[in-house]
Amino acid sequence: MNRKIHLIDTTLRDGSHAVSHSFTKEQVKEIAKGLDEAGVDIIEISHGDGLAGSSINYGFSQTSEMELLKEASRIVKSAKLGALLLPGIGTIRDLEEAYENGVTAVRVATHVTEADIAIQHIKAAKERNMFTVGFLMMTHMAAPEKILEQARIFEDCGVDYVNLADSAGHLLPDEVKARISLLNEKLSVPVGFHAHNNLGLAIANSIAAIEEGAQYIDATCRGLGAGAGNCQEEVFVAVLNRLGYETGVDLFKILDVAEKIVEPVMKHPQIIDTDSLMLGYCGVYSSFLLHAKRAAKRFGLDAKDILIELGRRKMVGGQEDMIVDVAYMLSQKEKAGK
Amino acid sequence: MKKVKVAIIGPGNIGSDLMYKVFRSDFLEMAYMAGIVESEGIKRARQFGVKTTIEGIDPILEEEDIKIVFDATSAKAHLAHAPRLKAANKIAIDLTPAAVGPYVVPCVNLDKLSKEVNFNMVTCGGQATVPIAYAINRAADSEYTEIVSCIASKSAGPGTRANIDEFTETTAKALETLGGADRGKAIIILNPAEPPIMMTNTIHSIVRKPDEDAIKESVYDIIRQIQKYVPGYRLRTPPILDGNKVTVIVEVEGAGDFLPKYSGNLDIINAAAIEVAEKIAKERFL
Repeated sequence: MNRKIHLIDTTLRDGSHAVSHSFTKEQVKEIAKGLDEAGVDIIEISHGDGLAGSSINYGFSQTSEMELLKEASRIVKSAKLGALLLPGIGTIRDLEEAYENGVTAVRVATHVTEADIAIQHIKAAKERNMFTVGFLMMTHMAAPEKILEQARIFEDCGVDYVNLADSAGHLLPDEVKARISLLNEKLSVPVGFHAHNNLGLAIANSIAAIEEGAQYIDATCRGLGAGAGNCQEEVFVAVLNRLGYETGVDLFKILDVAEKIVEPVMKHPQIIDTDSLMLGYCGVYSSFLLHAKRAAKRFGLDAKDILIELGRRKMVGGQEDMIVDVAYMLSQKEKAGK
Repeated sequence: MKKVKVAIIGPGNIGSDLMYKVFRSDFLEMAYMAGIVESEGIKRARQFGVKTTIEGIDPILEEEDIKIVFDATSAKAHLAHAPRLKAANKIAIDLTPAAVGPYVVPCVNLDKLSKEVNFNMVTCGGQATVPIAYAINRAADSEYTEIVSCIASKSAGPGTRANIDEFTETTAKALETLGGADRGKAIIILNPAEPPIMMTNTIHSIVRKPDEDAIKESVYDIIRQIQKYVPGYRLRTPPILDGNKVTVIVEVEGAGDFLPKYSGNLDIINAAAIEVAEKIAKERFL
């Protein structure tokens, strides 16, 4: 038997993007209960863009995440209840409120080159004895050595592990390996990985991460998540079973959660359509997808063209506002062309 | 022409850029630069023939001719400086988050602060977005205004990085108190792209009276007001209405005085501070 792999379920966080932040208390109660019984390590619940992400820019939450967390905290018995926090969007005050609502694990996420803006939030979480994770996004945009330098900032603050996210679903398995192996070798804390399936590589990349020593992997039921979704949890558990890794997750229970509870709440099938493929191909933040589709409709454009321009401009996570900027520019160009 | 003597405390990037802007002013004279250690900024000021000290605020308090003091130190330091500047009859222009005095965004509320002796410059994002929030609100009555400021990573100093919540919380408050929205929210994003990006600001507002012409007229008018003191302030995307939601996008190119042009975030807060100082100089001392 190989070593233990910890599964972080983000169906109720990254999956929130795919349902335009419409999770209800009932849905959260059912899904969280199922996940807890199936045996995942952490159940992450937040707006897709993290605590306080509910906004015009990222979409308003239908039900406040604090209410959702409070509901889940009453039900979750074995797993840790987690939340995501992006400094610049959420604040320590939001973290405190989440903590009061039962959150015991927090992942503090920054762009891959900006780890130092998370120091105050990580320290605030550690002061509350929370399980605290430093989370670097858009890791395709930096070389492994740069990522190590940034991860060390988290390590120095005392995080419990460092998570690398392929937020654009752009990385190839060898690129994942280069990043994970360097961190695994040099850091004193464990490493984790968060995949997006925009190039159809979420499972393969997660396996590649494990092969290089990653101990924590993010997954969602039915792959529900931004862009073409994440590492599909029930598939991943089956694959890990075959590979002989211990996850603590019961395959048949997680299959039931995915099929009977999560699938009915999905608004569209989690497939790799042209636009989500473009995210992966051009290295664009996955949660831009639905916003770009909406802007394309509104300005009479092809979403693909908007995404390509966003990639060319090297936009980072959270810059959903630039979708309107690009759409406006493209529509003006088109007008001038006519 | 007679000028009013000013001092700057804190010879870092902000303080040095302010000094260059004072040099260009027709109403202000750069009389003193104060720090607490021998630094590049102190040396630079000295090279320009500016009187300098590394003993902090004390020597400035003794100079009766100095009427206006820019504080570009830290919130903690300004809390200590503020009462002493007041006791010494000096106007304080506070570029820290201390907020001892009221927030000021020149084109929005400077006219209403004619007796004030301590001015807080909000945040860079506040200087860039509150005017638009204000312009939308006066034309359309904002229920909720939300801004996204994106600045180049290279232009976010250690102070901003160590306390990014201060940016979001202060800016959100200013969107309400000065911008007139019932509720405000601020988001800040750092983008490390090379070459560095210009500061870009998006202002979204949910309004009660979505009258497109009135909103456009009001926004265009305020932009002309800002451009008087921030020439690099530009509209990227004119007001776009989607039901009762208004979106405006602006960018700020810095003047390139001391800091590079992409540091529009630092330029705008400094340009606003100079605007406040010049107005006070003209009204109270010249």
